[in-house]
Amino acid sequence: MSTLSLKDLNKIPVRLASGHRLCAGCAESIIARQILMGTEKDVVVTCATGCFEVSTTIFPYTSWNVPYIHTAFGNGAAGCAGVESAYQSLRRQGKITKDIKFVTFAGDGATYDIGLQALSGAMERGHHMLYVCLNNEAYMNTGIQRSSATGMGASTTTSCAGSVCYGKKEYSKDMTKIVAMHGVPYVAQAAPHAWRDMITKAHKAFECGGPSFINALSPCPRGWRFQPEDSINISKLAVDTCVWPLYEIENGTDYTLSPESLKIAEGKVEKKPITEWIASQGRYKHLMNERWEPVVEEMQEKLDARWDYLLKLCKL
Amino acid sequence: MTPAKHSDIAINGDCAVALAWRQIDPDVCAAYPITPQTIIVEKFAEYIANGEVKTEFVCVESEHSALTLCVTACSAGARTFTATASQGMAYMWEVLPIAASMRVPIIMAVANRAVSGPININNDHGDVMSARDTGWMSLFAENVQQAYDLSIIAPRIAEHHEVQLPCLMNLDGFILTHAIERMTPLDTHAVKKFVGEFKPLYPLLDVEHPVSHNLMDGPLFYFPHKYQTVKAMDKALEVTKQVFKEFQQISGREYNLVEEYMCDDASCIAIVLGSSFGTMKEAVDQLRREGMHVGVAMPRLYRPWPISDLAKVMKGKKSVIVMDRHLSIGSYGPMFPEVVAAALENEGEMPKMYNYIYGLGGADTMVSDFVSVYKDVKEGKAKRINYLGVRE
Repeated sequence: MSTLSLKDLNKIPVRLASGHRLCAGCAESIIARQILMGTEKDVVVTCATGCFEVSTTIFPYTSWNVPYIHTAFGNGAAGCAGVESAYQSLRRQGKITKDIKFVTFAGDGATYDIGLQALSGAMERGHHMLYVCLNNEAYMNTGIQRSSATGMGASTTTSCAGSVCYGKKEYSKDMTKIVAMHGVPYVAQAAPHAWRDMITKAHKAFECGGPSFINALSPCPRGWRFQPEDSINISKLAVDTCVWPLYEIENGTDYTLSPESLKIAEGKVEKKPITEWIASQGRYKHLMNERWEPVVEEMQEKLDARWDYLLKLCKL
Repeated sequence: MTPAKHSDIAINGDCAVALAWRQIDPDVCAAYPITPQTIIVEKFAEYIANGEVKTEFVCVESEHSALTLCVTACSAGARTFTATASQGMAYMWEVLPIAASMRVPIIMAVANRAVSGPININNDHGDVMSARDTGWMSLFAENVQQAYDLSIIAPRIAEHHEVQLPCLMNLDGFILTHAIERMTPLDTHAVKKFVGEFKPLYPLLDVEHPVSHNLMDGPLFYFPHKYQTVKAMDKALEVTKQVFKEFQQISGREYNLVEEYMCDDASCIAIVLGSSFGTMKEAVDQLRREGMHVGVAMPRLYRPWPISDLAKVMKGKKSVIVMDRHLSIGSYGPMFPEVVAAALENEGEMPKMYNYIYGLGGADTMVSDFVSVYKDVKEGKAKRINYLGVRE
């Protein structure tokens, strides 16, 4: 990849065409385009069932200008591993000579929950593939049900805020570190407002010589209850509050904070309080009630602890 | 006893399947162990270890991933095999209809085994029957030789461009998978020539011509797409007949859509699947010696269901006994209504129809048991549904 200037990136052929049926303001297509800009080589895309899959492939149309395959919900990683296995076999036999890259896109339900086993299997076996989690922190395709990626305190249709409940009672699973613990060459957290960071990470992931994983925060106007034009601002706020730190992990052990989060760690940029994150989205608005003040305090404590732990891992 | 030919070998059913796979040398093989299929993937792992095949051998973490991997590898353009049984097939179930609707000619050996619960590792047809309506073809072997032969035949049918359907190759768990029998293998060169090159349609790895596979269908397209699979299945019967003929030319072994034994002049015939066909042939021999006009038939395929060939074998018979090695709890055995429906083709000539459920969870069924079935029918003791030898 020569440069990461917008002018040059603009020249890369469009792999995900416009005209898909994702909601206005959805970050998933933005992330997918950034990821696909991470390689100039031929690429095959696989998908798990989810918003992204149904919205880009409504027969007889397809948004994909590259080979694409989907099978089911819980097997995005296995699907990608299958195409890659065919590639390894046919390449060994000399039937294919091109250098082809493989990427799978899956939501957080398909990654943190139902697809965890297939993901773990594919990472352990060492397939040369990039797995991208389009993390909108709930089952948005079926109508905003909680997943194990949903943040504590969020109101979803299966973890509703009500008269006796403040929403989801559990903290989200730390999927990024779970994948890293497989010892795969490259794992990262990314967010779509930091486009240069995302594309750089995708490039590293594609070229790492083994399995790789990018957990990409994907703000969801419908599920998170904010205006469609605010997606990118919300993405930035997630990083500024350290709700979604940007970092990468090489070979399971080498943690590095990415520029935006590093600036916060170095004190060059102020770490914003979680109340700003809570106030920005309808899914958390019930927490603004003084009744749930202790919950918000606990959320801030947990967030700080997670951030401190990450800094330790980054040797900061 | 005739002396064994020089080329004959002693081999169990699982190893016979693995040997066929070695000779075919598929591009990708997904492996996950489950009894009684395990020996297939173990044996194949030995071939991999010794560099005898060029296959990409992927030891997946589950059957769900095994079949997924097969679907996408095959879509990518690779000839792809796997094997399963029982709970493994149950765990794959979500992907079974996806494979069929995506028209990927995967070959899957099924070492037929009872499905939990209660847990049981022995043979019956509970696993394959659960796959009945998923759009897979389903071939049944009677013995080890047939398990080998059908493993070579299956890809020819499945990969035919007017068929393009995945195929199950069924062999009875333990009865065939673990039993050592005499078998005549074919020369590897002959197998390779017979099976030929895999010529995938619209492979994903043809990056110059990108295609999207398995898109989201609304009501306008789902039904028509399913109907296309129906037409492919219809075509499969014709293709199967042709491939059987070609196989006979290289092996001298004859296969038919419905295998018959002593059916021509029989007044009562039984219909059975798998290894029990052999046991029932013994029962027929014994009863013939006693002067009873009985016969037995085996549909070589359960899907596509060879309706007209079955109707033909039932034509003019007084009674037909359908032997089911599985239960459809709350109804008849799964094959019984299908045989009755096939008999409707002979208008106005419906024989008396009896259903026997037998051998569930590996319950032994001996020649004497099958003899008693024919005798009970003759003596008017049989009911519409009968549970052979069950302790109440």
